[in-house]
Amino acid sequence: MTNEFWSFIFGRLTWDVLPLHEPIVVITFLVVAVGGLAVVGALTYFKLWGYLWKEWFTSVDHKKVGIMYMVLGLVMLLRGFADALMMRLQQAIAFNGSEGYLNAHHYDQLFSVHGVIMIFFVAMPLITGFMNYIVPLQIGARDVSFPFLNNFSFWMTTGGAVLVMMSLFVGEFAQTGWLAFPPLSGIEHSPASGVDYYIWALQVAGVGTTLSGVNLIATIIKMRAPGMTLMKMPVFTWTSLCTNVLIVASFPILTAVLTLLALDRYVGTNFFTADFGGSPMMYINLIWIWGHPEVYILILPCFGIFSEVASTFSGKRLFGYTSMVYATVVITVLSYLVWLHHFFTMGSGASVNSFFGITTMIISIPTGAKIFNWLFTMYKGRIRFELPMMWLIAFMLTFTIGGMTGVLLAVPPADFVLHNSLFLVAHFHNVIIGGVLFGIFAGINYWWPKAFGYKLNEFWGKVSFWLWNVGFWLAFGPLYVLGLMGITRRLRTFDDPSLQIWFIIAGIGALVIAGGIGAMLIQFGVSILGKNKEWDTTGDPWNGRTLEWATSSPPPQYNFAFTPVIHDNDAWADMKNRHSQRPIKGFMEIHMPRNTGTGVVLAGLSVVLGFALIWYMWWLVILSFVALIGAAIIHTFNYDRDYYIPVEAVAEVEDTRTRLLSGAR
Amino acid sequence: MSRFAKLLLVPLVAPLLAGCNAVVMAPAGDVALQQRDLIIIATVLMLLIIIPVMVLVVLFARKYRQGNNAKYEPNWDHSTQLELVIWSAPLAIIICLGAVTWVSTHLLDPYRQLGRLGPDRPVIAEVEPLEVEVVALDWKWMFIYPQYDIATVNEFVTPVDRPISFKLTASTVMNSFYIPAMAGQIYAMPGMQTRLHGVINEPGTYRGIAAHYSGHGFSGMHFQTKGVSDSEFEAWVAEVRNSPDMLNRQRYLEVEKPSEHVPVMHFAGVESGLYTAILNMCVERDKMCVSEMMSIDEQGGLGHAGVNNLAPELYGGGEKNRSPFGPQKTYVAAICSTDEAIAMTAKLPAIKAPNAAPLVGKGLIRPEMVAHSNAPALDWLAGKLAFNQNTSADAL
Repeated sequence: MTNEFWSFIFGRLTWDVLPLHEPIVVITFLVVAVGGLAVVGALTYFKLWGYLWKEWFTSVDHKKVGIMYMVLGLVMLLRGFADALMMRLQQAIAFNGSEGYLNAHHYDQLFSVHGVIMIFFVAMPLITGFMNYIVPLQIGARDVSFPFLNNFSFWMTTGGAVLVMMSLFVGEFAQTGWLAFPPLSGIEHSPASGVDYYIWALQVAGVGTTLSGVNLIATIIKMRAPGMTLMKMPVFTWTSLCTNVLIVASFPILTAVLTLLALDRYVGTNFFTADFGGSPMMYINLIWIWGHPEVYILILPCFGIFSEVASTFSGKRLFGYTSMVYATVVITVLSYLVWLHHFFTMGSGASVNSFFGITTMIISIPTGAKIFNWLFTMYKGRIRFELPMMWLIAFMLTFTIGGMTGVLLAVPPADFVLHNSLFLVAHFHNVIIGGVLFGIFAGINYWWPKAFGYKLNEFWGKVSFWLWNVGFWLAFGPLYVLGLMGITRRLRTFDDPSLQIWFIIAGIGALVIAGGIGAMLIQFGVSILGKNKEWDTTGDPWNGRTLEWATSSPPPQYNFAFTPVIHDNDAWADMKNRHSQRPIKGFMEIHMPRNTGTGVVLAGLSVVLGFALIWYMWWLVILSFVALIGAAIIHTFNYDRDYYIPVEAVAEVEDTRTRLLSGAR
Repeated sequence: MSRFAKLLLVPLVAPLLAGCNAVVMAPAGDVALQQRDLIIIATVLMLLIIIPVMVLVVLFARKYRQGNNAKYEPNWDHSTQLELVIWSAPLAIIICLGAVTWVSTHLLDPYRQLGRLGPDRPVIAEVEPLEVEVVALDWKWMFIYPQYDIATVNEFVTPVDRPISFKLTASTVMNSFYIPAMAGQIYAMPGMQTRLHGVINEPGTYRGIAAHYSGHGFSGMHFQTKGVSDSEFEAWVAEVRNSPDMLNRQRYLEVEKPSEHVPVMHFAGVESGLYTAILNMCVERDKMCVSEMMSIDEQGGLGHAGVNNLAPELYGGGEKNRSPFGPQKTYVAAICSTDEAIAMTAKLPAIKAPNAAPLVGKGLIRPEMVAHSNAPALDWLAGKLAFNQNTSADAL
């Protein structure tokens, strides 16, 4: 066989691209391989493949898709956090001429992949998981508008994650930072596979995110229970609606800008090159026109979670529902008018900079109003300090600091001295950990009993809570200080030995956070495996206020045997107040969507297509692309898409619940 | 800044200043000093609302906890007065901060010439600002002093209390030029020029850094900044002038090649027009400068003939990093004279000018043809040539 033949088959994929010369990666690979084999072996031994395929992978049930999103997000959190720990270690030891333990090639991949994973494959799946699981329940719907699309979206997101994970062992990831600014990300300066992994992982995942946004907008607009007008929707549903509007309006920009970058890299166009009329500044503008709404895509649903938690655990109606809704909508609109604050230092001129600085500050007004609304929800309430409420308090104390440093960075002359510094790094971790992650943790503790029928272990939850809070300030407090010392981000080695102590403190903070993550995993383990579960037979363990608490825990496949009728916001609290009776007879058969494996197939083919594009295997590109289109067309001829749950089955499930409810009383 | 604000911030900032070298909080240049003051003013303004909120969170959480039997009103969810306060209090603060932002952004615009050297010390008109042309290279900084005809790499020396006027560009990728002790940063980008103005008020040695990740050598891409007295500066200039090295185009192309942890370099002389050539990406003499390209395009472009003016770009004799489906990498060759330009098009068979007339509906009067030539720039060049023949032969 000639070399030409092999390079036709494998493109530029050769033995040389395997990182065999990097012992850290080899050991990681061995650990992952052994772990992976153990999991596969266990699944095979316990004959779980059929169960997983039938009940989970092919499921179009929004609740199962939601849980799969959460699992994906938590698994990827471990990978993203491992990268963070490695960076902290490198920065803590690379002093006094020491190169540390990572070379530039490895370290530069680490900070790039850490950002990409944490945003696209941790925060996004986790919030999408919540929206999937909770929104249909909160609006009294049986499923989302397009159940198959939902499954497909999930698998596309997973496909993107698979491509990113592949880059760890086959080739390399981008060494450009998480937004891959050209000209550095152009073919001339980054000829290897890294940026291509970046492009195709995000393109594949982006399809999933965009479609999921379309799906949830349609669900919220079209599938609300009778009586639930827009201004009677729960706040979490409102924030989800706004987030999905942001997704649908902004992700196409990301897709377009990455397509242009891919054209530059693959066919030699000059959109973003420095010469031939290209403009790298255009890329930076475009990617931030997506990137800034993206941070609101992440934070808005968490604001929604906190609103639910505040009113539930204060035993009160949410203070200022209307202003809460308007604040959310105002943030949604304004989030498109601030992107330039990410690059005041590009020389846009004083008037343009001031404009974008001031619009950024204006966003803090509705955000401030929200904080006040939660505050006055607590006022004259009866607060139960369960875990979700503790996360809310921690959020309000942490996020206000992050918001303050954010507004500070919005003042252009102040940004000139703090831009790209560790102060900036501390700021966005302050809002993303203190806002998004804390919201997700509040949500997990709040809705776990709904999804699984029992509460999470409280002791380990508290351990995790305190470790996260202490760890956060230990890890990022020093970065604020270092930023004020004029230390910039993404540095691999340092000359000034007086800085080392701060990096060591930050490293200790990261270890404490690792303890927090560990405690959280123990919390899950203890709760799932423990014998003394607090089983919730009522379906309403927290004395909740919104519709998801009206059904059993976990909810039946069809959510509600009868579609509820809504008269007030906080529909379930209203129903409880009016002593509404749960119907116990007169059930009808229920129309449900049928499971399908098409989502897995399409996403699998997309991964193959992405991989082939990354490695220049053109025959495989053509083959997988044709197969992808073919599989999609074939799916359209599948008319066996639905079925009816017979009356007897519905009656049996509902009678069991009736028995449980009377037993509970 | 007001004495009140200073008083408030002292306990907050003092430990930072004492415990470590927080250069952003204690800079040595007037611009950075004003930026520092702005950080403090903005922080104080925001703390006016942040502190009460944080205190209230803790107070309410304590007071209304279950078991404390404080007043409980489960249906109290609206108060117009409170709503007014919670929207207007942040609004009032943002109005103040917005005004501060507008004024300070214009006053501290990096493109604006310095008006003062410090509080109550306006710039004297006779003092000529120090002009410095900065080039971000992979991975080192080049400083060209056009007034002194010298250049350095990784060392920037300036007399104290003399305004400095920077012009910045980059050779390959984006970077950010930042001397924390002097003034805020500004991007340096290939093929483009940004500006920065600053001054150093206190003699000393400061750190200058690259503040935008630019590839593998990024961590080692920093330089020493020295603020010195006028006489010391003159001595330093003389020292640099005694260096054996000269910075011409060829030497620049050697220095430009990627390298890490580069020691300080001195150049006793700089080829004239080098910075302009770097900025216009035409240090290699056979490349057309971006400025030239733009002015030709402004005149209408070279039309189809321009395609003939591309030369293959070769790196060390071969091609490098080509896109899989891209055309061969080329660059636009320099046109040294109008004769050459016209000769170049003469080699081509004449291309029929496309019909530039707009489409019209049936029955409408056909408008006058607008463009007749496919290469109006050539006409312009030819006209210029004729004009120059009339005036002086070597004007071009």
